[in-house]
Amino acid sequence: MDDTKRYERLLNRYRDGDISRRTFLTALGAAGVVAGVTGGPMGMLARKAHAATPEQVRFDGWGGVVSEAFEKYAFAPYTEKTGIDVVSGTFGGADEYIARVKAGQPGEFNLAHLSGVFDYARYHGLELTSELNEDNIPNLKNVIPSLIEPLRKITGGTLSAVPYDYGTTGIAYNRKYISDEEAKAKGAKLMVDEAYKGKIGGWGEWKTRIWYGALQSDQDPNNIKDIDAVWDMIRSHRDLALKYWSSGAELMSLLAEEEIYVTEGWSGRIKALQDQGHDIGYHDPAGGLGWQECIFVLRGSPMAACEELLNFMLEPEVAIAVAEGQSYPPALDPNKVELGKIIPTLPAFDPSGTLSSLSFFDPAYWNENEADWSKTFSRVQRGY
Amino acid sequence: MAADIAGERRAPWVLLSPSLATVGLLLIIPMLFIVVYSFWLRTATGADQVGFYLDNWIEVLGDRFYRDILFQTFAIAFYTTVICAFVGYIPAYFVANTPMKSKAFLLLMLMLPFWISYIIRTMSWINILGTSGALNTLFLSIGIIDEPIQMLYNQTTVVLGLVHYLLPFMILNVYVSLDGIDKNLTEAAQSLGCTGWQAFREVTLPLSMPGLAAGSLLCFVLAAGTYITPIVLGGPRDAMFANLVFEAIVTQLNWPLGSALSLVLLALLGVLVVIYTRYLGVDQIAKSFK
Repeated sequence: MDDTKRYERLLNRYRDGDISRRTFLTALGAAGVVAGVTGGPMGMLARKAHAATPEQVRFDGWGGVVSEAFEKYAFAPYTEKTGIDVVSGTFGGADEYIARVKAGQPGEFNLAHLSGVFDYARYHGLELTSELNEDNIPNLKNVIPSLIEPLRKITGGTLSAVPYDYGTTGIAYNRKYISDEEAKAKGAKLMVDEAYKGKIGGWGEWKTRIWYGALQSDQDPNNIKDIDAVWDMIRSHRDLALKYWSSGAELMSLLAEEEIYVTEGWSGRIKALQDQGHDIGYHDPAGGLGWQECIFVLRGSPMAACEELLNFMLEPEVAIAVAEGQSYPPALDPNKVELGKIIPTLPAFDPSGTLSSLSFFDPAYWNENEADWSKTFSRVQRGY
Repeated sequence: MAADIAGERRAPWVLLSPSLATVGLLLIIPMLFIVVYSFWLRTATGADQVGFYLDNWIEVLGDRFYRDILFQTFAIAFYTTVICAFVGYIPAYFVANTPMKSKAFLLLMLMLPFWISYIIRTMSWINILGTSGALNTLFLSIGIIDEPIQMLYNQTTVVLGLVHYLLPFMILNVYVSLDGIDKNLTEAAQSLGCTGWQAFREVTLPLSMPGLAAGSLLCFVLAAGTYITPIVLGGPRDAMFANLVFEAIVTQLNWPLGSALSLVLLALLGVLVVIYTRYLGVDQIAKSFK
């Protein structure tokens, strides 16, 4: 029974005459006091009351050039059109955000730019998903079907998010020290090459480390047979690495300042570096990691306002402008929408609209192993 | 008469009630939540399983991994404290023996770093020690080195970042202690035949020990509880205990385990504070903030 039902039951008991007015108000007052410390039923009701007539919706994203693109191309025009403010926040990673959401109240956080199907499944597991009314999002018909279907499968046919963009986590390398030929020949094993000891980086996120550990030990990341071999590869990489980076800004800084020569990196961030004039190569190795990002609507959010914003964000001109700003291809199907001249030049862009050449996290497989692998990675990272 | 006595007895509690309520709401109740959380379990989906389980405590207290990281944390905190004590004593002595007018200016300078975010101060070392940072650029330009030296992202830079962060705390505490020493005592020692160094060693240093101890306690406790510095300036292996708490709560979404870990750290640092209070008293620390 959730807090709202508890409150309704209390109200019914008062209306039915089972409890006195004094007892009812005392219980309500006590709930209010508790809400001041813990949230609680009054806090939840307050949020819901607030959510019913939104003057603003909250959006959280990755920050940096990605958020700047959203602010400029999506939120400002949306606010101008609807009068609803978009309060924009940032997070350093999906894990950090989910912890914040868990600590908050339903309705406190509304929309988030989450990565991958994996996080969508996690949020569903935590009962944080909402149910979008797709009739209110007509632009959803323009989205690549193969990006929508995995989400539907998790939430039993409904959607709690719309796919928004996709990209890859490939190998980024400084061409001054590593040639394109060498990067292609060595693939994922470039990052465990002793020749570059002390000049190797990597994202300090357990999923990516394990994915690349699987590639380096010649295994299918979505069907790992020998996890010990993966841990060994992660240990090798750890001992050769200078730094595990934790944000896109740090990734760009480490490569731009030549602190590291090679790391895996996010396609859009590497494109941004290239556009800034840095001679950084980018290569998606065989079995390279593809991912999609979605705009997720959290349970307890003002759905109509969120759906309107989603539809607005999926307008081709908005989605294309955001995609060009953040250097990740939009989730719009190139067979249905004319994407202009710049999008086809972005790394990871799939002109077929099927994304069949990319490998994605299998959410069921990775979620099943999440508790064990994330904990073990923490130990391996520290020298175990 | 009896009513007056009862009123007098109640008065301190009435006066204290705002403070007690604040401490209760902002410290005691959240702390109790953490204690309760530590006995719950994390389910496979990341949700919490409410109940009374000792699993987290058995894991935290029985697993060598946590002990090793704890020792590493205390070692880093110890090195930081020792360096702060040696490096901080000299400026504190200088400030304490400076004429009153300059003293105010020097104390203001000492407080200046607190006006800048700790994270920004920590990140500034990347621009100083980085491959294309100030030091490497200088060394390359004057020909001392041919290639940039790799100075960042190791335990040394973690300690350096912590010293940078904590040094003002040490200086302030030592300064307060030195400032309270009667100058006539050192003059008397010298008039009785002591050299300047002997007077310092036999009179000034022992009398300043409470300040040094208070500064050391503060530096040690703050260093042992940090997690930003290893993230910004450390390499893949350089973690402190607070990083494990962060990972358990944020990355693994395992709040129950994170709660047990944080309580272990709190308890160990609490023991240190109790020992210090038993022998020296916390009022010495309070003096430096007056």
